[in-house]
Amino acid sequence: MVAGVDKRPVGAHYGLRDWLSQRVTAIVITLYTLLFLGIVLWYGGMDYAVWKALFASNAFRVATFLFMAALLWHAWVGVRNILMDYAKPMGVRLALDIVVIGVLVAYLGWMIQVLWGQG
Amino acid sequence: MATADRPVARPRPVYLDLFSIRQPLPAIVSILHRISGALLFLAGIPLLLWFVQRSLASPEGFAAAMAPFTGVVGKIALLVLAWAYVYHLLAGLRHLALDLHVGIRLQPARSSAAVVLVLSILIALIVAVRLW
Repeated sequence: MVAGVDKRPVGAHYGLRDWLSQRVTAIVITLYTLLFLGIVLWYGGMDYAVWKALFASNAFRVATFLFMAALLWHAWVGVRNILMDYAKPMGVRLALDIVVIGVLVAYLGWMIQVLWGQG
Repeated sequence: MATADRPVARPRPVYLDLFSIRQPLPAIVSILHRISGALLFLAGIPLLLWFVQRSLASPEGFAAAMAPFTGVVGKIALLVLAWAYVYHLLAGLRHLALDLHVGIRLQPARSSAAVVLVLSILIALIVAVRLW
């Protein structure tokens, strides 16, 4: 054994994937944000009828779903980085990681339910 | 470095007191990027989901979802979250530029950090004017 090697039980090679996915999801989020702002400006505001019709469109539902999936994935990479920096005890960090994953998956379920659950 | 008359090394700091160090502007932009991201995760995403669900449920729900736009507390909360979103997005775009080695030298990096801060505040001001 080489002295001083401090191996940690975490996966290898996730760094580049996280780096890349953080940027790809950021671009998706930015594009949807511009699309949404464009739609609101084009209608010159929002009322219930227009809002409801907008979300009745399957294209907009899919776009919104992709936005939320990108947002939640983006949040995961960011929150995980924060936890790696500040939640030092391994047990605490893993517990918080699991809580965050659970919350994010629940959010995605909530989004699907909102988009497709109420007809 | 191996000169004989080199004085004894000064004692190194045993810890770094973040509040006694004058942070350069890119460092401030960086930590605000993290803080705004944490805020968007903790408050922004659940509120966004709540808003979409409530607003689509019924005309009454739409009115209820829009209600925070009228109260002072709701307006301030919305303003903070809008600033966090805009700021985080702009700081992220700056990051993408830096990744592409655009503006990576010290002076352009300082300037773009200032642009991110000023632009996010200007957009927040526009949001504030629209809200009030």
